[in-house]
Amino acid sequence: MAASSDRNPPPFPATEEPGAGLSDMADGDSDEGEDIFVSNSDPVAVSRGVSQPDRASEEAPDLFGEEEASSTLAKSNGVHSDDDNDLFAEANVEPSPDKPGSSDRKELPTSSGPRPASSFTKGPAAMQPTSLEQLEEDEAKDSFDVDVAVTNPEKVGDGMNAYVAYKVSTRTSLPMFRSKAFTARRRYSDFLGLYEKLSVKQSLLGCIIPPPPEKSVVGMTKVKVGMDDPSSVEFVERRRAALERYLQRIVAHPLLLQDPDVREFLEREDLPRAVNTQALSGAGFLKMINKASDAVNKMTIKMNESDTWFEDKFQEVENEEQQLRKLHAVVDSLVNHRKELCGNTAVFAKSMAMLGNSEDNTALSRALSQLAEVEDKMEQLHQEQAASDFFIFEEMLADYIRLLGAMRGCFDQRMRAWQRWQEAQSTLQKKREAEAKLLWANKPDKLQQAKEDITEWESRVTQYERDFDRIGMTVRKEVLRFEKEKAKDFKSQIIKYLEAMLQSQQRLIKFWEAFLPEAKAIA
Amino acid sequence: GSQHFSELFCILSSEERHQLRSVSVDLNHDASLLIDIPDALCERDKVKFTVHTKTTLSSFQKPEFSVPRQHEDFIWLHDTLVETEDYAGLIIPPAPPKPDFESPREKMHKLGEGEATMTKDEYTKMKQELEAEYLAVFKKTVQVHEVFLQRLSSHPILSKDRNFQIFLEYDQDLTVRRKNAKEMFGGFFKNMVKTADEVLISGIKEVDDFFEQEKTFLLDYYSKIKDSTAKAEKMTRAHKNIADDYIHVSATLNTISADDSTKVEGRVASDQELKLTELLRYYMRDIQAAKDLLYRRARALADYENSNKALDKARLKSKDIPQAEEHQQHCLQKFDKLSESGKKELTSFKGRRVVAFRKNLIEMAELEIKHAKVSSTIQPPAAKGWVCSV
Repeated sequence: MAASSDRNPPPFPATEEPGAGLSDMADGDSDEGEDIFVSNSDPVAVSRGVSQPDRASEEAPDLFGEEEASSTLAKSNGVHSDDDNDLFAEANVEPSPDKPGSSDRKELPTSSGPRPASSFTKGPAAMQPTSLEQLEEDEAKDSFDVDVAVTNPEKVGDGMNAYVAYKVSTRTSLPMFRSKAFTARRRYSDFLGLYEKLSVKQSLLGCIIPPPPEKSVVGMTKVKVGMDDPSSVEFVERRRAALERYLQRIVAHPLLLQDPDVREFLEREDLPRAVNTQALSGAGFLKMINKASDAVNKMTIKMNESDTWFEDKFQEVENEEQQLRKLHAVVDSLVNHRKELCGNTAVFAKSMAMLGNSEDNTALSRALSQLAEVEDKMEQLHQEQAASDFFIFEEMLADYIRLLGAMRGCFDQRMRAWQRWQEAQSTLQKKREAEAKLLWANKPDKLQQAKEDITEWESRVTQYERDFDRIGMTVRKEVLRFEKEKAKDFKSQIIKYLEAMLQSQQRLIKFWEAFLPEAKAIA
Repeated sequence: GSQHFSELFCILSSEERHQLRSVSVDLNHDASLLIDIPDALCERDKVKFTVHTKTTLSSFQKPEFSVPRQHEDFIWLHDTLVETEDYAGLIIPPAPPKPDFESPREKMHKLGEGEATMTKDEYTKMKQELEAEYLAVFKKTVQVHEVFLQRLSSHPILSKDRNFQIFLEYDQDLTVRRKNAKEMFGGFFKNMVKTADEVLISGIKEVDDFFEQEKTFLLDYYSKIKDSTAKAEKMTRAHKNIADDYIHVSATLNTISADDSTKVEGRVASDQELKLTELLRYYMRDIQAAKDLLYRRARALADYENSNKALDKARLKSKDIPQAEEHQQHCLQKFDKLSESGKKELTSFKGRRVVAFRKNLIEMAELEIKHAKVSSTIQPPAAKGWVCSV
């Protein structure tokens, strides 16, 4: 979602003494033997100068040569500075739940600390509570270290077991990857599998995980039969573009980029087949979101928001989703009418050609034939315009409708965390009452158990409260980040759309200007 | 409700008013008889045209006058001309088609139903679009009725027709006269099966090269232009749908961004493609009229051949020879007259057609260019203003 034009992020202030800064902050980290991600090299500083497609790269020389083929800009991102600071501020580091990746560095713990991130510009040593504004400022210091592209769809196998394999190309300067540029072949279920893995991770609670494009039995069946007819071609292209945007959003997300599953997806030669993807059809995904919402609605204890931010935002999100759905429907209508116009124009052009043949006045006959040719060219223009309508405009809207759904999911996660905390508190209360009763009834043997229970539940209450706060923080950050990305994305897409239209108009002018003398030559 | 076309007409620029008359070449230049339709009133289903005449001819009672006429009056006039024997050798200008407000009316109805679901801005824009469409239909129907009369007034023979004069001058309601006329003529000519035309025309052994060629050409051309007209109409309709979609897109984008966005694609369909469609449609009907002439001539030839056979029979039987001879002469004269007049008509028709096509194609191309240039200057700056506020 970040425009590839912003390529020079500000320098990382701790460049001078990364080691020194780290040791202060390590706390329990070094005890646990976790390598701090940033110890040897500075991810952000390295990011400068990556942007230009490096065609000399040995591993995949034509890697980003295919950028022209893909219709969207390759988006990239790097490590978000906030998370480095979060790491330093973190008292309890949650061990990474996944197996170590192929890189020799340990993964960066993906949870953010309970306290707000320190100010980036002041260096990691300073731990200051940050306001919302600070968060927004920090959001602005994106860096761009990873470019991904999804290209070369190829049918593998035959018959009903056939599938489409895509080439996933990565180009990066981040040291956590095994090399600067590499590719892997992935099929659609792999992408779905990645999504599933990311969704179930406790550590990613509150994160807006970009959803992949929906399954389509109809679309895929046609492709299995043959990839050559126009509707199959369109389906495959549509899916390829959607998968590319999906990956680009994932690597643009600072936390997700750190996830070992993401890295594995990008790097690993042979990925074990994802099997639990049945639930993830388009309808399935929506059902998941709605089920969560229902659970929240059924909550007996109503949350009392001290800060109306969440309530307001949620409402905003719901409204916006509604508007986007409406817009999507209208744009879809536009696409269909445009396609209809294509067909009608082609048919008309042929008819004009026939009329021109029938015409007995020579000059008029020629003019009519020329008109037929112009209309043919117009059909081509309409065709391109319809593609632009669809791939630039409509698909963007579809993406954001899905993303807003995912965002709603995050809000629900926060509610459930709150619920857990409340329930724990009420359980704790019950345990205390039970203890009091036992004291009164003077049953010393059971008292010990009761005391242990209370201790356990006290720590749980603390934990759940911290979880709740943490999710709240994450959701806030995510929303801010999302809004910024969305604004950028919309802006760049709409500009692209209008520019395509403008070009189309200019070509139109040329066609008719060429025709005019023919019309004038009629005598 | 009713609406005066003249009020709407005033909104048009002088350029647009001129373009109204461009389907056929400028016919209104013989000052002895100038006809136009300066105003029209639409009352529910009925359109009332104000036919205005300015003349120096003594055959009329006044030098300048206006009368109200309905579409049906035009049809009556056309039919009486068609059924007049003396005009058999002429191309009778095609009757203007019935005013058809079905499309905008249906849309207006749908708009009313959907009002609740639209934003005020969207509704206003759709309404404007609809009013423009309504106006376009109005313009079109006035134009075709006007051109019909102007073709008559510029024709050396038809302009002198008695019924034409009545049509222009008679200040009472023509309805009564119309009913009487129908009873008189019985519409026999029109009741003939049209498909018989084609068979008859193609079946006749042609003695004249000119007519042989014309026949071949017109039959072929007619089917092609009919096809083109239908396809052009479909194309125009699709374009209109797109223009409507863009109104909805603009409106919805506005609600999202709460800023004034630009109309990304204006009314592309209204002018340029409509022009081409109208041209094709007009000449389709004109060619039908030319075919009708060929038909009449073919019938006259058939009659002549039959009269020859009758004369031979009479001679064989030595009975009623003078009548048969007279009849044969009569048929021959009629046929010759038709052929002579027909040749003239068809030749000038050819020229007229080529000139009209030229004019229209030039105007259409110029409009396409003009509109494309305008929309390419409007879009980026205004749109960028919008995207900056997102």
